[in-house]
Amino acid sequence: MRHTIAVIVENKSGVLTRIAGLFSRRSFNIDSLSVGATDNPDYSRMTITVEGDKDVLEQVIKQLSKLVNVIRVSELAPSESVERELAVIKVTADKDSRGEIMQIVNIFRAKIIDVSARSMIIEVTGDEEKINAIVQLLRQFGIKEMARTGKVSMIRGTRVIKA
Amino acid sequence: MSNKMTGAQAVLECLKREGVDVVFGLPGGVLLPLYDAIYQSDIRHILVRHEQGAAHMADGYARATGKVGVCIATSGPGATNLVTGIANAYMDSVPMVAITGQVNTWLIGKDAFQEADITGITLPITKHNYLLRSAKDISRVFREAFYIARTGRPGPVLIDLPRDVTVDEVEFTWPEVNLPGYHPSVKVHEMQIKKAARALMEAQRPVIYVGGGVKLAGAHKSLFDLATKINAPVTTTLMGIGCFPEDHPLSLGMLGMHGTKYANYAIQESDLILAVGARFDDRVTGKISSFAPHAKIVHIDVDPAEVGKNVRVDIPVVGDAKNALMALEKEVQPKPRGAWNEKIDGWKRDYPLTYIPDMDIIKPQFVIEKLCQLAPDAIITTEVGQNQMWAAQFFVHKDPQKFISSGGLGTMGYGFPAAIGAKIGRPECDVIDIAGDGSFLMNSQELATAVLNDIPVKVAILNNGCLGMVRQWQELFFEKRYSATILGRTSPDFVKLAEAYGAMGLRATKPSEVEPVIRAALATDRPVIMDFIVNPAEKVSPMVPAGATLSEILELEWCEEGHISHLEKVYADARKAIFGEEGY
Ligand SMILES: Cc1cc2nc3c(=O)[nH]c(=O)nc-3n(C[C@H](O)[C@H](O)[C@H](O)COP(=O)(O)OP(=O)(O)OC[C@H]3O[C@@H](n4cnc5c(N)ncnc54)[C@H](O)[C@@H]3O)c2cc1C
Ligand SMILES: Cc1ncc(C[n+]2csc(CCOP(=O)(O)OP(=O)(O)O)c2C)c(N)n1
Ligand SMILES: [Mg+2]
Repeated sequence: MRHTIAVIVENKSGVLTRIAGLFSRRSFNIDSLSVGATDNPDYSRMTITVEGDKDVLEQVIKQLSKLVNVIRVSELAPSESVERELAVIKVTADKDSRGEIMQIVNIFRAKIIDVSARSMIIEVTGDEEKINAIVQLLRQFGIKEMARTGKVSMIRGTRVIKA
Repeated sequence: MSNKMTGAQAVLECLKREGVDVVFGLPGGVLLPLYDAIYQSDIRHILVRHEQGAAHMADGYARATGKVGVCIATSGPGATNLVTGIANAYMDSVPMVAITGQVNTWLIGKDAFQEADITGITLPITKHNYLLRSAKDISRVFREAFYIARTGRPGPVLIDLPRDVTVDEVEFTWPEVNLPGYHPSVKVHEMQIKKAARALMEAQRPVIYVGGGVKLAGAHKSLFDLATKINAPVTTTLMGIGCFPEDHPLSLGMLGMHGTKYANYAIQESDLILAVGARFDDRVTGKISSFAPHAKIVHIDVDPAEVGKNVRVDIPVVGDAKNALMALEKEVQPKPRGAWNEKIDGWKRDYPLTYIPDMDIIKPQFVIEKLCQLAPDAIITTEVGQNQMWAAQFFVHKDPQKFISSGGLGTMGYGFPAAIGAKIGRPECDVIDIAGDGSFLMNSQELATAVLNDIPVKVAILNNGCLGMVRQWQELFFEKRYSATILGRTSPDFVKLAEAYGAMGLRATKPSEVEPVIRAALATDRPVIMDFIVNPAEKVSPMVPAGATLSEILELEWCEEGHISHLEKVYADARKAIFGEEGY
């Protein structure tokens, strides 16, 4: 089972190391991890996807909560939250394939953010499945390079996860 | 009035305000400013001979007094020498603050002379750690560090102190602790207490399983009140030893791998286990899937992450053990003795802890019994191995702060420096390190510390000429192939070793010499090493083989004839090699 958790942490040096260290020491598997600012400059928010059963998830949450720099840990149920990831993908593109690629880009509401004689960079946001799908389609043209941010997630509606 | 001072002076001011009266350490280049401030302060500094000793002394001091122990080491090798001691304190939840020197802030990351990334190294073995980058943060960080070390589930906190931070001038302030991410859960949930009390009332075969958390909470009196009110038998882990008086009829002694048969049988037949401040360690549970198969489990622990970590818990109670036990005691009704108590008394009669006495050769268990008889109120520390298990089994423990042993990490070399720390914290008590010939040498350099600072600790070496615990496993599970466990030839003469340091050395080679040696050791106000030449073939019994169920606990056979003579020949040769034809 995969679980998504949001972790609000103090914005201090070494916090990421503490979290990554905890995961490796306790043999928890991270599928994806992203970190960034929140509306409060003192805190950052991490979104972590972990693999494991219910007991593993419970240990992950409890062990994370014990870290002094961790303010809050919450699980985000997939049915109640929205998830987004961003990817930039450099594909081989010449004048023959360019049109077909642009069609795919339009269907996925992605963007072309760089073009050269033999390549294009495509930016796409969406949930993981959508990104996997476009990657799959772009493979036929030749993917030269790809970078993905990892997932960020938020509960739908008025409920909030804040420090 | 201005409160300007150097960083080093600020550190000492913090220590004073935290009530620290003694620190254990050894200086070095980057610590010169701090040690200069120590020189000019009235804090007691114990100079050790190896930083591992400093960490274990701070640990022993903390366990004997309940206060936070403090150790100090210089950057690089000094700091890395602390690592084992910090890991030891972490595993056993000991409140400790470790202060390490660090290179100047502008040199950090440049592989400067004696630079080591000690906050990185100790990340997984500290409750929290800090690298101080500015003198103005000193008081906040020290205050937080002591607070974190002693509250909730205690543990070691490390503060890395770059040289320039100790030199810079700072205006001293004493800010309140404000840690938005740290809220130890000490209060207990009333509903959970009610549920636990009902379960205790309904149980036919309850067992209270007590761990180190009861010590840490100072909850032994509440435990006593609860257990005696409902006549529930009590077993302790190695870490919980002393929390319940072992001469009380409800005491089952220790459980687990080398626990008593009756404690392990009681667990396996129990219908309700009340676990208090214990963490279901694999040495305790044996094969986890068949641990206490008929029992509901109530688990009281201050650390939510411990609840449900190793076993399924039916009634979790997160909070401080003392609060919980007091609340539980109020909630339950008195319960008379019943069939369960009778059954347990039967097991106690049928399967007592015993050994076969010997007229000619000293049995290690006999030494422990004599120590217990002659110094019943002493603080006992232990090394690791057979000596530790016999100390747990054959001394009658009654006081939670008087049994001090490395449980989680199992650190050979712990007991002697821990004894020094304990003696400094409780100078009115006799302090005896029950040691092995292997373990003692791992920190024997601290004899110099004991002698220099006049700390009259006693060491009782159960000299079996081997790394006995490992040898025992080789005997049982590796067909007596004693790979690298026979020490005889390679150990020094411990009496001469003591004398070389200016301590007293005594030796007993016959059972009749045991008592006079102990009496002489207790009578002097000097540090003493007692070298007891004990039966090398002795095994710790009973034993639950690794991975077996607790009820599969074995009474180990006293060595077969042929085997004793084989071992004895090995030792005889070894002794001859050291002491000449006459041996000793
Ligand atoms: C050679 C060797 C053999 C051993 N054999 C055995 C054996 O046969 N039997 C045995 O029992 N052990 C044995 N041990 C020790 C074993 O390895 C563990 O260290 C020990 O069992 C753990 O004890 P504990 O469960 O009491 O936990 P501890 O490590 O003492 O942990 C304390 C627990 O209490 C909690 N706590 C802390 N403060 C509070 C508070 N205020 N309120 C409530 N809870 C609190 C903590 O969160 C933690 O869960 C052996 C060790 C060695 C080296
Ligand atoms: C630092 C360290 N190294 C190795 C071990 C593994 N070990 C556990 S018990 C033991 C034997 C200890 O020998 P000794 O101190 O003579 O005690 P005995 O078992 O003979 O009483 C060893 C090597 C350990 N626990 N700690
Ligand atoms: Mg030995």
